[in-house]
Amino acid sequence: MTVAETLLQADHLTRVYATGRRRVRALDDVSLRVTRGQRLGVVGESGSGKSTLVRLLAGLDQPTSGTVGYAGRPVSGVPERRLGFLRSSVQLVLQDPRSSLNPRMRVDDIVAEPLRSPAVRRELGEIDRAVRVREVLDAVGLPADSMRRYPHEFSGGQRQRIAIARALAPSPEVLIADEAVSALDVSVRAQVLNLLMDLVAGLGLTLVFVSHDLAVVRHVCPDAVVLQGGRIVEAGPTLDLFARPRHAYTARLVAAIPSFRAR
Amino acid sequence: MKRAELWVGGALVATVVAMALLSFVWTPFDPTAVGSGTRLAAPGWPHLLGTDHMGIDTFSRILAGARSALYVGIIAVGIAALVGVPLGLATAWLPRWASEIVMRGIDVAYAFPALLLAILLAGVFGGSTETAMIAIGVATIPAFIRVTRAGALSVLSADYVLAARASGTPVPAIAARHVLPNVAHLIGVQASVSFAMAILAEAALSYLGLGTPPTVPSWGRMLGDAQTYLVSHPLQAVWPGLAIAAAVLGFNMVGDGLRDFLDPKLREVA
Repeated sequence: MTVAETLLQADHLTRVYATGRRRVRALDDVSLRVTRGQRLGVVGESGSGKSTLVRLLAGLDQPTSGTVGYAGRPVSGVPERRLGFLRSSVQLVLQDPRSSLNPRMRVDDIVAEPLRSPAVRRELGEIDRAVRVREVLDAVGLPADSMRRYPHEFSGGQRQRIAIARALAPSPEVLIADEAVSALDVSVRAQVLNLLMDLVAGLGLTLVFVSHDLAVVRHVCPDAVVLQGGRIVEAGPTLDLFARPRHAYTARLVAAIPSFRAR
Repeated sequence: MKRAELWVGGALVATVVAMALLSFVWTPFDPTAVGSGTRLAAPGWPHLLGTDHMGIDTFSRILAGARSALYVGIIAVGIAALVGVPLGLATAWLPRWASEIVMRGIDVAYAFPALLLAILLAGVFGGSTETAMIAIGVATIPAFIRVTRAGALSVLSADYVLAARASGTPVPAIAARHVLPNVAHLIGVQASVSFAMAILAEAALSYLGLGTPPTVPSWGRMLGDAQTYLVSHPLQAVWPGLAIAAAVLGFNMVGDGLRDFLDPKLREVA
């Protein structure tokens, strides 16, 4: 009973992008597991393979080698029509809500989109989309009159709330947040972050929180892995990573956090 | 500035459309009746723009000629868009190597001149308005494929498509919900520009005697007819020339104006 159920599992993931003659090893033998209810941070600078990892974990790209599994079922190599279990269970919140929300769709259509997916409908059964959209918009603190408006009518923070509402719509078990607050103004970053934390706690979600910002990860995630050049260079409880970074790269990331303390 | 372009272009296009519509219900004289006036009369009253070598009222013929121009434009652009847009969308989903092969084929087709294709088809099937429309339409398909594909590829790399895929949204729904609405402005621009080209091509084919038959009023044919009398009655060539220029300029300006007006990024800044 003490052993928590593994939800997301990555084993020896390698992803090589081939562009013409050049081959880029974006991810190199990465293994990790996320247990139910865990909040795992993935830290790394841009180009460290974070986004590649996100795509592989969400079953949106195929690894060159290695496997991804969800709740004991294989994801890698499985055709899309048999990934229904994953599509309703794992949702993404992406970095820039300007690019993650279709500018020509109204908010209610954006948030309802996952509920229209045949995969999600198979898993959840028929649900009243309008009711569910209102529920999740309410949960992220957007007024009810947001529904018929377009994304450009909202501020950055509100747009990210729309993106979070969309991710919550199909009642997922896992949220993968890829730099979810990095594009936001500092003033609203904390608000959105706290909202995300409240929702994760309130709904009992499992969270994979990807960020270049170690300070934010410390705030959100008890555990973290550090990615550099497509490899996991360090993993463990976030506080330990902070207090005693064993890898030089982690130490550099820690040192890079701005601080007001006098030296 | 760009807004003005859209207005001027729109006004020119509206004028051509109004001329075509008007010609259905009223023209000063019958645009096909031979000998309704003196041959090669100078502009004046009652023949505002004079008469041609067969005594047909030129103003009436210009009005009715707008019909041919628009008819050919609509059908030709319709053919090109109906075939080119779905193909452009489809090629955006092909794996890179397959898409490269297809696009090289399209480059070859693109390089093939529309006029040459039309002359070829006219040679085989005989010159007619229909042959001209189909030839111009088919020759314009590659342009629509290219524009649609390029737009679709950029939309497909957007995060909202990634989010849609993460909830298992099927490809046709992504195409209809995300890609098509976000490339519609590109297709609209291409359609306006192609419309201008189609009008020009129709005029050229009719001038060569390969398009619209002699009995049907057409600007290109009027230009061809006027050629014989160019020295003695130059105005007879000026009128259809002006009509063609106005229509082509109008559709091109609408295309340019639309491109800037419909681009949501440019609009957001404004």
